[in-house]
Amino acid sequence: MPRDNQDDLILEIRNMSKSFGQIHALRGVQFELRRGEIHAVAGENGAGKSTLMNIIDGILRADEGTIRLDGQEVDITSPAVAQELGIGFVHQEIALCPDITVAENIFMGATSTSRRTLMNYADIERKASQILRPLGDIDPSALVRSLSISQQQLVEIAKALTLDCRVLILDEPTAALTEREAKALFEIVHALAAQGISIIYISHRMVEIFESCDRVTVLRDGQYIKTMTVADTTPREVVSAMVGRVIDSLYPEKQRADERSDEIILEVRNLTEKTRFRDISFQLRKGEILGLAGLIGAGRSEIAKGVCRLGLDVTGEVVLTGRRLALRDYGDSIEQGIVYLSEDRKGDGLFLDMSIAANVSALDLRQIAGGLGIIDESREADLASGLADQLGLKHGHVRQPVSALSGGNQQKVAIAKMLSVNPKVIFLDEPTRGVDVGAKAEIHRILRELVRSGVGIVVISSELPELIGVCDRVLVVREGEIAGEVAGDEMTEEMIIYLASVGQDRRRNS
Amino acid sequence: MSEGKNMATTGATAPFRPRQGAGPADIVRRLLRMRETGLVLIILALFLVMSFASPYFLTWVNMRAMAMAFAVEGIVVVGMTILLISGGIDLSVGSVTALAMVIAGLLFLAGVDPWIASAISIAACASIGAGMGFFVTRVGLHHFIVSLAVMVIARGLCLLGTGGRPLGLYTLPPEFKFIGQGSIGVIPVVIVVFVVVVVAFDFMLRRTTMFRKVFYTGSNEKAAAYSGIRTKKVVFLTTTLCSALCGVAGIIYMARFGSAQPTFGIGMELNVIAAAVIGGASLSGGTGTIFGAILGAILLSVVSSSLALLDVSVYWQDIIRGSILLSAVTIDHYLNKRRG
Repeated sequence: MPRDNQDDLILEIRNMSKSFGQIHALRGVQFELRRGEIHAVAGENGAGKSTLMNIIDGILRADEGTIRLDGQEVDITSPAVAQELGIGFVHQEIALCPDITVAENIFMGATSTSRRTLMNYADIERKASQILRPLGDIDPSALVRSLSISQQQLVEIAKALTLDCRVLILDEPTAALTEREAKALFEIVHALAAQGISIIYISHRMVEIFESCDRVTVLRDGQYIKTMTVADTTPREVVSAMVGRVIDSLYPEKQRADERSDEIILEVRNLTEKTRFRDISFQLRKGEILGLAGLIGAGRSEIAKGVCRLGLDVTGEVVLTGRRLALRDYGDSIEQGIVYLSEDRKGDGLFLDMSIAANVSALDLRQIAGGLGIIDESREADLASGLADQLGLKHGHVRQPVSALSGGNQQKVAIAKMLSVNPKVIFLDEPTRGVDVGAKAEIHRILRELVRSGVGIVVISSELPELIGVCDRVLVVREGEIAGEVAGDEMTEEMIIYLASVGQDRRRNS
Repeated sequence: MSEGKNMATTGATAPFRPRQGAGPADIVRRLLRMRETGLVLIILALFLVMSFASPYFLTWVNMRAMAMAFAVEGIVVVGMTILLISGGIDLSVGSVTALAMVIAGLLFLAGVDPWIASAISIAACASIGAGMGFFVTRVGLHHFIVSLAVMVIARGLCLLGTGGRPLGLYTLPPEFKFIGQGSIGVIPVVIVVFVVVVVAFDFMLRRTTMFRKVFYTGSNEKAAAYSGIRTKKVVFLTTTLCSALCGVAGIIYMARFGSAQPTFGIGMELNVIAAAVIGGASLSGGTGTIFGAILGAILLSVVSSSLALLDVSVYWQDIIRGSILLSAVTIDHYLNKRRG
């Protein structure tokens, strides 16, 4: 690790650890930030980046470890303390008040610590315009609601700058920006660095790291891996450091050669939505589990919801077992046998306060009802307990509320809900999120069994080992388009991350 | 780890494995856990205490008066409960009930047959509900605000139509008055209508696919949409149904009073919502039963009647009713917390 500019360290973190219950979010992590540098922090989802940044900003307290700022050991107990020390944090999500002016938003932090009773609006607008001038053309008296997302992002940065910060943390600031806006943002970031402000830049995108940053520190599974000078490394090396994990045999056996088939269950042609994705075409063959990979926000879930007409207006064709479908809404899609398992089990997947049986039957009540739409409770209970047995759901009684179950068993209820309509194709969005290891392996086994029984399965996951372990073929989505496809030996984490973040298919170049 | 915890919490119900086969012990246990059981016990206790405290309490006349007092309002409670389950609320029930009387009364005075006048009036109330449903589901406003506005508008229409004075409907034919004043044997017709409405809707709410969707929508509107349920349609229909039932109640009141009273039903929404909530409906939707809500209405009515018999000042009665509501909701809140 380079040690030449030792004196010029503004922030120095040693041996930082943090646990949440039994999960070690950080284990003995170190990090050094030089004055005036742009330092990228990279790592997969769950690597510990956010935890580390939240500790630096005082949102979380570390269990162990020291933070030195300008050589002084500091105890950052709250975001207010971080502000006083000159640490600014621009969060990934925009957190501005939409109905007040830009100037008032920018000085929100300053106002709360001011001793004056009355606001001097003229004064804050004047100051705000000074801060905003180098950032772009934003009227300080405009309401935040009237600004574009990228302008709001700039207001967030301006807000951090009012606090006279020495260290500025940017958490995926370009996630919501267009390419041109992102370029403009980088010019500003460079100007800030030239003024001596040190920048911590969190990003998944290799392009940004290699175009704009000086050094990059990689975290993995809560541990420090290494810090590299960007000029001396390659995207491939950074990606390997991010991944560097051996896939164990937690996963069920894959598709056997004799199970390969040319029979197409689902074909999607030129599926396009106004802003989220365009020109998506793919085929799902009988007997395979297809994966959809990509960064968060790349449009994976949206594509799945688009196919099912779940709250999205799309153009393009969906062909199910050779028949072109004319779907109007998700109800039609369910009827045709295409269902979507939501990534947010608690938010929109399940009715937590209702019973297992009532959850399982929600997609199609007709099958448990007699004439006149009267529900046959014993048929409903049989439907639920039959699927519960098939999925190995551990439960007391099918009339028990779902909220009493563990995460893994709740997920099985959600899957049972999908299976209740004998679907032809299931899209599973993050099927094992928040599920413990045992239940995870079981869910993977269930997916393989379903495929063998002829159901088409598409899995969306942010966990690359899962995609590689479970899927027979993976499509990589980047910014609303399919950036590439990997299968067989090519299906490596490196390749998927490369396609997801760099975007062009490297195989065509070399 | 979470697996182990789960085993512990489900341990209590573990003896009853998947099959629905409910042994007598199971039924007793389920009964004891039901909120309705608690309400019945409280009402019985009140009966017991009151029968000693006042010699008039357990008389046929008093029982009949109490039943008449909540029976018509009980029809509105049914509509409100279903609406609450779907995640909505309606503050306009009192005004719309009065408006039903006024519309039917004016039509009758204009020479329309009272039955036809009633049907038109109920249809008018249903369309008021449909209008509220439109503003809630299509425009995207909150039930509270929309129904608050309609509460004021409907009351204004009542006063406008009548000049603020009750309409005497002395020429109502006896067969029409029968639905409000008559008896079948010893049972007043009002009670019969009420029981039919309650039993029918209680059954439908528990057992039909149509009303199951009401529970799904109120429990988690997004999850319902993610299950292919057209949630806006559900909310639109429950809003319409609640106003239509107000119309039915208004017609029965008119037959009972033999007049249309433009100022009738002020404050009714509070009583009705309180009854539903005491009976287990949640303002955040997804839970509630008709039976429970009616028990809530009975409880409030028994308390009112008891306080009157004990010569407690009317002012105190409001304070006591409010306190009952507050304690019921507080107890419920803690029970829910413990369960969750």
